[in-house]
Amino acid sequence: MSEALATRRSLPLRALLMGFLFLWLIAAAFPFFWTLWGSFKVQSDFFSIQDWRNALWGTRTVIETGGAFTGAGYEGAWIQEGFGRAVFNTLIVTVCVTAISLTFGTLGGYALSRSSYNYTFWILMVALVFRAMPHITLVSGYLLPFFELNIWGYLSTSIVVLVAINQPFTIWMLRSFFMNIPKDLDESAMVDGCTRFQAFRYVIIPVMWPGVITTGLFSFLLAYNDFAVTAMLLSKENQTMIPKIASFLGSTQQEGNVMFAVAAVVSATAPLFVLVLFFQRQIVSGLTAGAVKG
Amino acid sequence: MKHKTFLWFMLPSGFAMLLFIALPIMSVLVQSLYIEHEKVLIEVENCVPLGGCTKETVVDTEAAARLKAEQPLGQFNGFGTYTNRNHLATAEIAGFWRSTNSWAEFGKQVYGLPFYKALAFTLTYTFLVTPMVIILGFCIALAVNALPRMFKGLAIFFSLLPMMVTPLVGSLILYWMIDSRGVLGQTLQVIMADPDLSLRASPVLTWIMLMVYGTWSSAPFAFVVFYAGLQTVPEDTLESAMIDGASRWERVRYVVIPYLMPLVTFIALIQLMDNFRVFEPIVGFSAEASATSLSWIIYNDLRGEFQLFGSAAATSMLTILGVAVLLTPVLIRTWRDFKGAKS
Repeated sequence: MSEALATRRSLPLRALLMGFLFLWLIAAAFPFFWTLWGSFKVQSDFFSIQDWRNALWGTRTVIETGGAFTGAGYEGAWIQEGFGRAVFNTLIVTVCVTAISLTFGTLGGYALSRSSYNYTFWILMVALVFRAMPHITLVSGYLLPFFELNIWGYLSTSIVVLVAINQPFTIWMLRSFFMNIPKDLDESAMVDGCTRFQAFRYVIIPVMWPGVITTGLFSFLLAYNDFAVTAMLLSKENQTMIPKIASFLGSTQQEGNVMFAVAAVVSATAPLFVLVLFFQRQIVSGLTAGAVKG
Repeated sequence: MKHKTFLWFMLPSGFAMLLFIALPIMSVLVQSLYIEHEKVLIEVENCVPLGGCTKETVVDTEAAARLKAEQPLGQFNGFGTYTNRNHLATAEIAGFWRSTNSWAEFGKQVYGLPFYKALAFTLTYTFLVTPMVIILGFCIALAVNALPRMFKGLAIFFSLLPMMVTPLVGSLILYWMIDSRGVLGQTLQVIMADPDLSLRASPVLTWIMLMVYGTWSSAPFAFVVFYAGLQTVPEDTLESAMIDGASRWERVRYVVIPYLMPLVTFIALIQLMDNFRVFEPIVGFSAEASATSLSWIIYNDLRGEFQLFGSAAATSMLTILGVAVLLTPVLIRTWRDFKGAKS
């Protein structure tokens, strides 16, 4: 198919656009590759006082370790500092939060998409306000009651809190997906004698998966990326990855400890890379779900 | 849907939100009215054989613990926490108002107060980063749209990264590069011909650094939304505009931009909410000396050995008030739309 006339661009304009895009892509991707590369060097190379090019060739790394690459940062983070434990905690938290959020969210989102009373609107508006609430303000409300009830510091507490914080976003998003599933589908099932719940179970659930997977991705990301809640509500031994990385920073004085943090940062970013790689289309469709359809 | 069925479907989600969002807000409100117990001081006499006796005032930890167990909230303080020096500082401001002659001087004095310092940064960040994100995202969307089809997927993949990465991790990655011993920091030193240049040392540069980070990390969101919108711009309208003699720029200005305007509102809303709670970058960039945000001062009150629940709660209430003010125009507009759609 030949390009439509209206979208044809002149050569200088094309060059300008490509130049700009090239700059943006470097700005977007270079920091990650640089940090990945640098994580295999020693601190005096990655933070070189003499010359930044040392990080490229690994001048000091060769002197200190004998090779151009070293896994010392990873060894320090994973073995010495027990980063693996934090990774395991993160796994538990993200899986539980995603599963519970989706279960609650599909029920609520479905109800909101099929009801047209005034209170539907109010629930959605309240959810929007809740969505805007800075997480740390809620955390300041949790701490004292949690101390008093003696439930502070456990993974399960954080999971429940993250599920709740996730709800406003989840029901908004799932509602917009359910709006796209024709009402006739479940209503005809109900005419045939199903109850509302049976209609949901046998008619809606089989067709809702694309929307649920997309929403699930974002629930996962929220739990994975959270710092405010997990940093304040988890005890030291239950820490997930992100607060753990933050705690590495507290002890930056010692030589080499910064490289632990660099290695941990790379380890925490890698799963996200894979996620974007495989679910790029779902992420794009999820981000636009709320917008394009109003 | 019947009311009763609706209730059952909505119950788990509604209960979670009620218990862990609505109730904590109440808890914040109550906590903000209380303040920590004063330290119980007692005098102890220390006697050393042959050395005589010395009197010493020490904190009675036992009595403090007893008080804390009896009244975990602390003592009632009313709105005292709101008006003290660390929050609205009403008395201090009144003092500055009387003692200063010019607005600039007054502003400078007020900026010295922790709450107003944080508020200044939070508002500047919110209202500068949001438009920058929209503009940058729009430009990227236009550029990616002009790419040959085979490169689009790759360009979208790399463009998404800054947004998907954990905020704390993303800011750390940039912070290490911009450190005076990192690659960007050293490059800047060469360009500016100033070997002592350090972005952290200057408050202005720190602010700029944080806002560049904010734009970098949120632009992909605007980009994706605009890019999806661009796919639906009607070709016919563009072509007829061209036949009418509209230049390329005029077509963008008078056809594409008006068509994408609802998306701008959507992005602006989401970005205002997200930027107002700016927090992780300040931790990641260790920028608290020159830039603090409302979220950061709450965090700062809550960590450490002596957690200031009352102070944190008062700041939280003021922050929630800020969110409410920020959202009011949106809520009013949505209510009108809703009313209009019904009638």
